[in-house]
Amino acid sequence: MDAIILLTLTGLGLAALYFLVASGLSLVFGLADVLNFAHGLFLGVGAYATWWAAGNLPGAGPDGLGFVVAVAFGVAAGTLMAVLVELVLIRPLYSRTIEQVLVTVGLSLAGVALLQATWGADARPFPRPAWTREVTSIFGAQVPNGGLLLIVAAALVLGAILAFLRWTRYGLIIRAGVENREMVTALGIDVRKAFTLVFAIGGAAAALAGALGSVYFGTVSPQQGGSLLIFAFIVVVIGGMGSVVGSAYAAVAVGLLQQFVNYYGTSGLGDICVVALLAVVLLLRPQGIAGKAVTA
Amino acid sequence: MTEVKSPEVSAPPAAVPDELTEQPGRWGRLRPFLPLVALVVALILPYSTLHLPGIFEGALNSPGTLQLLAVCLVFGGLAAGYDLLFGRTGMLSFGHALYFAAGVYGTDILITRAGLPLWQAAPLAIVGGTILAGLLGAVALRTVGIAFAMVTLAFAQVGAILVARDFGGLTGGEEGLPLDVAGLPDGLVGVTNTVNLYWLALAYLVVVVFVVHRVSGSPTGRVLAGLRDDERRIGVLGLDPYRFKLVAFTLAGGLAAAGGAVYCLIVGGASPHITSSELTLSLLVMVVLGGPGTRWGPVLGGILYMYLDHRLVSFGTSDAVNALPAFLSRPLSQPLFVLGTVFILAVYFFPGGLASLAPRLALLRDSLRPGSRQRG
Amino acid sequence: MSEPVLTVEDLSVRIAGLHILQGVSFTVAPTGVTVLLGRNGVGKTTTLRAVVGLTPRSGEVRGTVRMGARSLLSQRTHRLVRDGLGYVPEDRCVFAGLTVAENLRLAERRGTTAAYDRVFALFPELDRRSRQRAGSLSGGQQQMLAIGRVLLNDNRLLLVDEPTKGLAPKVVTEVAEVLERVAESVPVLLVEQNLAVVRRLARDAVVLAAGRVAWAGDAQELLLETALTRSLLGVGSVEGHQPASQPAAAASAPEDGN
Repeated sequence: MDAIILLTLTGLGLAALYFLVASGLSLVFGLADVLNFAHGLFLGVGAYATWWAAGNLPGAGPDGLGFVVAVAFGVAAGTLMAVLVELVLIRPLYSRTIEQVLVTVGLSLAGVALLQATWGADARPFPRPAWTREVTSIFGAQVPNGGLLLIVAAALVLGAILAFLRWTRYGLIIRAGVENREMVTALGIDVRKAFTLVFAIGGAAAALAGALGSVYFGTVSPQQGGSLLIFAFIVVVIGGMGSVVGSAYAAVAVGLLQQFVNYYGTSGLGDICVVALLAVVLLLRPQGIAGKAVTA
Repeated sequence: MTEVKSPEVSAPPAAVPDELTEQPGRWGRLRPFLPLVALVVALILPYSTLHLPGIFEGALNSPGTLQLLAVCLVFGGLAAGYDLLFGRTGMLSFGHALYFAAGVYGTDILITRAGLPLWQAAPLAIVGGTILAGLLGAVALRTVGIAFAMVTLAFAQVGAILVARDFGGLTGGEEGLPLDVAGLPDGLVGVTNTVNLYWLALAYLVVVVFVVHRVSGSPTGRVLAGLRDDERRIGVLGLDPYRFKLVAFTLAGGLAAAGGAVYCLIVGGASPHITSSELTLSLLVMVVLGGPGTRWGPVLGGILYMYLDHRLVSFGTSDAVNALPAFLSRPLSQPLFVLGTVFILAVYFFPGGLASLAPRLALLRDSLRPGSRQRG
Repeated sequence: MSEPVLTVEDLSVRIAGLHILQGVSFTVAPTGVTVLLGRNGVGKTTTLRAVVGLTPRSGEVRGTVRMGARSLLSQRTHRLVRDGLGYVPEDRCVFAGLTVAENLRLAERRGTTAAYDRVFALFPELDRRSRQRAGSLSGGQQQMLAIGRVLLNDNRLLLVDEPTKGLAPKVVTEVAEVLERVAESVPVLLVEQNLAVVRRLARDAVVLAAGRVAWAGDAQELLLETALTRSLLGVGSVEGHQPASQPAAAASAPEDGN
């Protein structure tokens, strides 16, 4: 019983990480048709910026309020990076889908190499508050606090994004644009401004995933984003491109499946089950759990 | 008054094929023979003791240089095979590394673990890789566009996991699996025989180029080009896009597996990094840098990319770069930073890749030449 | 005769290598309904989309389109719409996942209560169903929403593409009534297959055939000439409009390839 609770909660922690990365990917793809391979880079930038801030930024530190400041700095850096990528690299190639993918591929290669050049290829210990290294006893299971922090953060981000989409004018534009972008412009709305916005949201969420994921793992390395990105892609496709709620469901399904099968089966088998799940979903329901058909 | 709106064709960015662009003057007459010249150079190269300081570390026929060249040639062929999917059919696969890895690990495991001789192991691995491509392609091609890219990426990820987790103790996990040379013919073993590996790589490249050219010149190739340009029209003609795409996917997979078998011999084993998605991304970079859908672009792109990937490391640690301030020298010592940046610039400024440079340069030269035609 | 509100000169559109329009020229009068006619796939929708700047990226547009003195072709769609070019697309294209109220809120730019009152007066149903998801509306109600959201703003010209397609005869009459009232204050360029609706609404007619303008002039005159109408539009009978197969045929035909 303890094991099941523990696996459920660590699985949800993993799901939280996937969701933070996938939600932005999904919105960016759903609205702007951009398959963003550089999304993992936003995560890396967030993680390293937090790491740097904790050691160097006045007022920031590895503990207490200082830690909050460091994470905020990391998120701001990731957001800025995402906005710059959209404005400088993606926008000039508007509606040329393949070229946009190519540019993000190049950016992901070059960006990770740059992180590596600056801070080295090896994982570095990540400064984190002492309480995140401890465990909390929940129904007898010893659950790492870092995982719980991820779950709480992801739930808050999910709520915030949904509220934004539901209650604001730009949220309305994004929801409509995911459905039919052309029709939004035919109502006199410059939909490209919303592109920048979804990149910013995605960049912020990914950077938060980078910072809190590093807290959970205790280290930061340049390749962190890349390996997470593949599973985030899978989550996006299963959940349905453009659907934040779909991403949340899919993230939970993928995280739990992976955790349980890896524990009760062989290590690595869970990852393979996730890919099998993807294949099944795509064959039975090409548009994912929710969201528009992935034919672009 | 005439206003032109969005004249660009949609993706993928295929350049004008060489054979359609007019090549005026001496250059034009020479041009058809250039591949032949390149082949002759490649053939006499191992007999040359020439030193090219800065370009290669040793003499041209030194084992180190020959091995580097062999790797470059294999990737030239690999990129040409991948272009059959991307440049010529318009399929954006992110999982091509899987079939390459199937060839590498298949050959390695059959020789090292199963003790088969090379002449059995390599064909088995290639057939296995081809069948794998056929099976996975049959599933993946149920989807199109971006979803197809995702599915192929995910399948390749399974391959990477299988290799890294070392199920059944076959792959050697993170350590990789050195090739057991006992199963190899004597002519392929030892530093002195590196030249034979070079021949093998050259033969592989020639075969791939031949196959790709034959396919793209055939009626099937024209259907594939039609699929790239507008899939609906092929459907209207009563042809089944799925079957043609599956043929291209399987063939490209088989060619990649064959490249894997050759690569396994050249580097003497298998290591897990060849299963990574980064390798597929590199293939994409090679093709786009060279010129997707062109005759020689992908080959050139593949050779050049691998060469730079190897040589930029030593370039990055050279005195000239080390003398630069740290914020410049550190990124420059990362081959992928340089290649990734070049790639982004190429997407913007040279959408046709290297293959589009020659016609452009010819145009430039013509316009600069005094007294040239100044019409229009 | 007063200045036309829209002038199309030598408009050519090529999409994926196919020449869909080859030098189309016509004008839209500043009042009343001008109807754009022609057989399926002749390029009526392509014409409207080219005017409003929605030709797909693989397409190429040449020629001139002017609204008053302004040239339209180099402008981005949202600018044109903001400058008073209202567009009601084929198949309605309401946002199915959004509520009726949200669909309207998205479209409004200077949404005054008066504007809403005006729209709700035309379409009382929209007011009653404002919290319903647009995807769950009937075809006729969706068409009302598609027209209503455009009427929230002031327009100098309305482009309306096949508003009665696939609707029941009773609803067709309702839509025609609404368009009649709308056309009292705004000129309309209408694509319409239903000749009864054309007869009721249209003052001028432009007939496309083989990518060119085959006939232009008084709409009622055209309809009187049964033989001419038949040869231009390929309809069997002008009187017996709306054969049962027509909506289905219109829906399945690859209209303009987009």
